[in-house]
Amino acid sequence: MAPRKATSPGAVRVAVDIGGTFTDVVLEASGRQVATKVLTTNVPAEGVIAGVRRVLDIAGRRAEDVDLLLHGTTLATNALIERRGARTAFITTAGHRDVLEMALENRFEQYDVNVDRPTPLVPRRWRLAVPERVNAGGEVLTPLDPDAVRALAPTLTAAGMESVAVGFLHGYANPCHERLARELLADELPEVIVTLASEVCPEIREFERFSTACANAYVKPLMSRYLADLQQRLVELGLRCPFLMMTSGGGLTSVESAREFPIRLVESGPAGGAILAARIAKQLRLDRVVSLDMGGTTAKICLIDDGAPAHSRAFEVDRSYRFRKGSGLPVRIPVIEMVEIGAGGGSIATVDRMARVQVGPESAGSSPGPACYDRGGDRATVTDANLVLQRLQPDRFAGGAIPLNSAAAAAALARDVARPWRGEGTAVAEAAAAVSEVVDENMCAAARAHAAEWGKDLNGRTLIAFGGGAPLHAGRLMAKLGCARVLVPPSAGVGSAVGFLAAPVAYEVVRSRYMSLARFDAATVARVMEEMRAEARGVVGAIAQGALRESRHAYMRYVGQGYEIAVELPVNISGGDLRAAFDARYEALYGRLIPALDVEVLSWTLTLRAAAPSLPSPPSRARGDNVINGGNVERDSLRPGDRVAGPANIVEDQTVIVVPVETEASIDERGNVLIGRRA
Amino acid sequence: MSAIRDQLAWSRLLAIVEEQAQTLMRTAFSTVVREAGDLSAGVFDTRGAMLAQAVTGTPGHVNAMAASVGKFLAKFPLAELVEGDVLVTNDPWDATGHLNDFTVVTPVFASARPVALFAATSHIADVGGRGFGPDGREVFEEGFRIPIIKLFNAGAPNAVLLELLKANVRDPLVAEGDLHSLAACNRVGGQRLVAALKEFDLPDLDRVGSWIMRTSERAMAEQIRAVPDGVYRHAMQVDGYDQPVRVVCALTVAGEGIAIDFQGSSGISPYGINVPLNYTEAYASFGVRCVIGNDVPNNAGSLAPVRVSAPRGCILNAEFPAAVSARHALGQMLPDVVLGCLDQALPGVAPAEGASCIWNPVLRSAHGRIGNAAAEPFVINPIFNGGTGARAAKDGLSTTAFPSGVRTTPTEINEVTAPLVFKRREFRRGSGGAGELRGGLGQIIEIVHAEGAPFVVSKMFDRIGHPAKGRRGGAPGAAGRVYLKDGSELRGKGQDVVPAGATLVLETPGGGGVGDPRRRDPAAVRRDEEEGLV
Repeated sequence: MAPRKATSPGAVRVAVDIGGTFTDVVLEASGRQVATKVLTTNVPAEGVIAGVRRVLDIAGRRAEDVDLLLHGTTLATNALIERRGARTAFITTAGHRDVLEMALENRFEQYDVNVDRPTPLVPRRWRLAVPERVNAGGEVLTPLDPDAVRALAPTLTAAGMESVAVGFLHGYANPCHERLARELLADELPEVIVTLASEVCPEIREFERFSTACANAYVKPLMSRYLADLQQRLVELGLRCPFLMMTSGGGLTSVESAREFPIRLVESGPAGGAILAARIAKQLRLDRVVSLDMGGTTAKICLIDDGAPAHSRAFEVDRSYRFRKGSGLPVRIPVIEMVEIGAGGGSIATVDRMARVQVGPESAGSSPGPACYDRGGDRATVTDANLVLQRLQPDRFAGGAIPLNSAAAAAALARDVARPWRGEGTAVAEAAAAVSEVVDENMCAAARAHAAEWGKDLNGRTLIAFGGGAPLHAGRLMAKLGCARVLVPPSAGVGSAVGFLAAPVAYEVVRSRYMSLARFDAATVARVMEEMRAEARGVVGAIAQGALRESRHAYMRYVGQGYEIAVELPVNISGGDLRAAFDARYEALYGRLIPALDVEVLSWTLTLRAAAPSLPSPPSRARGDNVINGGNVERDSLRPGDRVAGPANIVEDQTVIVVPVETEASIDERGNVLIGRRA
Repeated sequence: MSAIRDQLAWSRLLAIVEEQAQTLMRTAFSTVVREAGDLSAGVFDTRGAMLAQAVTGTPGHVNAMAASVGKFLAKFPLAELVEGDVLVTNDPWDATGHLNDFTVVTPVFASARPVALFAATSHIADVGGRGFGPDGREVFEEGFRIPIIKLFNAGAPNAVLLELLKANVRDPLVAEGDLHSLAACNRVGGQRLVAALKEFDLPDLDRVGSWIMRTSERAMAEQIRAVPDGVYRHAMQVDGYDQPVRVVCALTVAGEGIAIDFQGSSGISPYGINVPLNYTEAYASFGVRCVIGNDVPNNAGSLAPVRVSAPRGCILNAEFPAAVSARHALGQMLPDVVLGCLDQALPGVAPAEGASCIWNPVLRSAHGRIGNAAAEPFVINPIFNGGTGARAAKDGLSTTAFPSGVRTTPTEINEVTAPLVFKRREFRRGSGGAGELRGGLGQIIEIVHAEGAPFVVSKMFDRIGHPAKGRRGGAPGAAGRVYLKDGSELRGKGQDVVPAGATLVLETPGGGGVGDPRRRDPAAVRRDEEEGLV
């Protein structure tokens, strides 16, 4: 039997998202989705298999029926956070051995003299300098000494190095020395895995580029092993389909490319959520959207204008100091721009010296978990507060997989919040409400600062809520942020995985070629574009059918400024067109121009993107048009046209939608729940 | 829900000033604002008391801006201001210590009644005069000075002021643009505040504001009470411009208050390294807040328990018309002195002395300095840092700004924007002061002109003659050095020409160590050796 095309309407597709707390699995066929949540396991592939088995059971399908598997994972992120990666060495330019450790020479917290910057992934003794030098124009000032590279081999072998990153100054402008170093290493040490900075991130700014290269080298062996192991287990389960990996940029890529550049996978789960929100925005023609993805440990907030989330190339893994900017390891990869804060179901509630209730960023995670999990955690958390406030039902959490202990939740809240906050006799319900209000205000503050940073406003947006925690809190955030409505899509509790199903195959390539517009050189730009196009086609062409859409950006700034803005390139790239495109973008962001000042380009990007599968249209159901007044309502029982007057809880397996007082929820034809102010 | 409401209103004020700061950072033209966060933003009650301040990159503005709003109100009483009025100054004594910092203050009205003021400060790269540097002899040489004056009058821009300003600075578009972004960020803050008052059903900020200040002052007082009463003295000598400067500090802890006085410090310098008192207050109180009450948000309540004074005519209370452009070079040394006092009161909390003063050379082509300078004109102002002092329980941080919050510029960016080659830029081995806890390392930087042309270096460096001291038997950090590779030493301040083909070498200072080096954990000793740090 000829295999069905994975994109045909009858195709069976499975999406798997491994998060810090839960592994979410969604199966979609003929417009229907079934979903499950299992706890993330120590050997992550085991959780994947368990989850896939379960959705197959629920859907009544066999493993052989699956046409395509889509996968996103935090595994690379966790390896970086827990420092469980490979023994890694870094070969760099003599005289510049400490770039990784000198970093930006700043402290990310002004008032704390005890802050430490993240320890570099490669310690100084394994940062090995060799004589060579290329200048900013890409010209060789000092040729690479091959003997100096060869001479490192015995040391690397003796130290048991599994992985080596190579990064030279201005290697983005001329990678010849890095390539020669790889050839020399391959001759001497054929078993060692090599990452070139000029390939993983051919972008100016040595600290960020080297950091990205070392992070890639650090997780590469582990991710290779994981992907091979998972492939093996999936075959054993009976799956015969191809599988694609979700990247942090919101596109799907091949397993081969993921193995080469695993660093591009770090933020894949949240990217899936943003893609889902963007697709819904497009489908319903909502031009101003803010998405809220709240899980066990963090909340992610993303602004989506005209159906597209903002993209960026700056990301930090492991912001270890209260999620503070600058406290993580920078990686330059294509990412969907969003803000992440320590606000999740597991966020721990405390009372500070000034008798203020504080929530997060510390999280009880899944292990030991909130007090109500009864898994060894006894700290009061947001989930405990939601349970005490009767938003959660003890026997329905995570589809009943985790029975919740209400007494433990109340005891923890009484001890950790109620008493230290307002003394003996303070009602536990009051403390729980305070915890909920504080975490809501924290998310609002992060959303406001993020919007301000990007020159945008939250007022009047549609708030699309998904992830296990967001539907519980979105109604309150709507009021605080002045949003027009809340939208909770079907399978909201596993929104990231659903987003994978709606993601296109896509790949972004970057090159730094410095150019001032006063000395614009069209031939060089054309050559750079062709180079990038060929590289992107190599990845995307192999796994996508149909026409590919190309988008190109230049990272531009006024001469001498510190930061570039991403400017979408016009069809014809001339110096004048580029200036016009820059002016338009700059004015939109900052409100005014500096007409007399020259503009420069630092980097160029090119993305090839296949068409994205459309969101499933659910089987049509008879309209309900019933009005339900309050209480707990099963989402499955609701039909298009039904309305639920708040206060009410709409309950489903993976989450609960809280409909606040003075609001009303309605169900649309696609099964979305919309909450708005009551007319 | 009313029990939690005041707390949420406080959180909201903090979020609003954060949004105000983000708006400024996003819209400012000056690189130093956008890159290094050299700005301040805050909301004030109708009497001019600060209720909330954004957490931004530099402590230099901390209570300088807080104090300045009172001066605005003294000249323009709130009762005389109307909606759409916006005030401005860059007066070093009324604002934040040098002409490059512009402070803009905007009153906010709700139901036609003034309810608050928003203030914001940012650094504008050029204000005319000699340009940013320590070589001026009077403030008149340092640029264009604007007294407290209206920037907008009931919504109409002060066209005369803007025209005069633009005629007097090298980069008029940037200066005008930054003034507009300061006004815009205050406007955003005002709009958010009016909406928040409505949401929280508050007529004004009076009740919540006094609760915020009371709570913060009590939290600070509580921590100060835990510090033993007494007068703690410490003195430090630093390089100065043409002769060493002595900073003498007496820190008095009495009950719930701290008084810091700089009686006995050197007098006014004939060069632009003098510090107005407001800037002295900012960095001195920052030194206190590093170890006492650093979890309490900044506002008039938390700032009140710490008082700073210096006698008139002292270099730390330089009066008009002293030259003050490079006041940061000395101001950034003050936390070290204050921490030296606090170390006696609270042993084992304060870090040792560090490099402290940032090393930010202005590197430019030799045009206007020597004849026949044929090479391409350029100017860059990169920031380099030395090591911080060893901390109470940790080694110092290598090549890290403290107390300043600025960031460095990448070598690749420097080389793209100037015809220079940085042949070397790495840790300066052995520069961290030895100790049970080691001081942070400085760095060594070698710079040549790519075409072998001469170039100019302008310097505001310190700790060349006076390295960072250690504590309790810890060794001092290595002194800084600036020289040519052929061996000729250069001064730490002022301008020099680096001759054709020569290599300029900067060695930034290391931080001091804490405790007897013989007591250092053998594992740490081994690690330092393996890592090649000592």
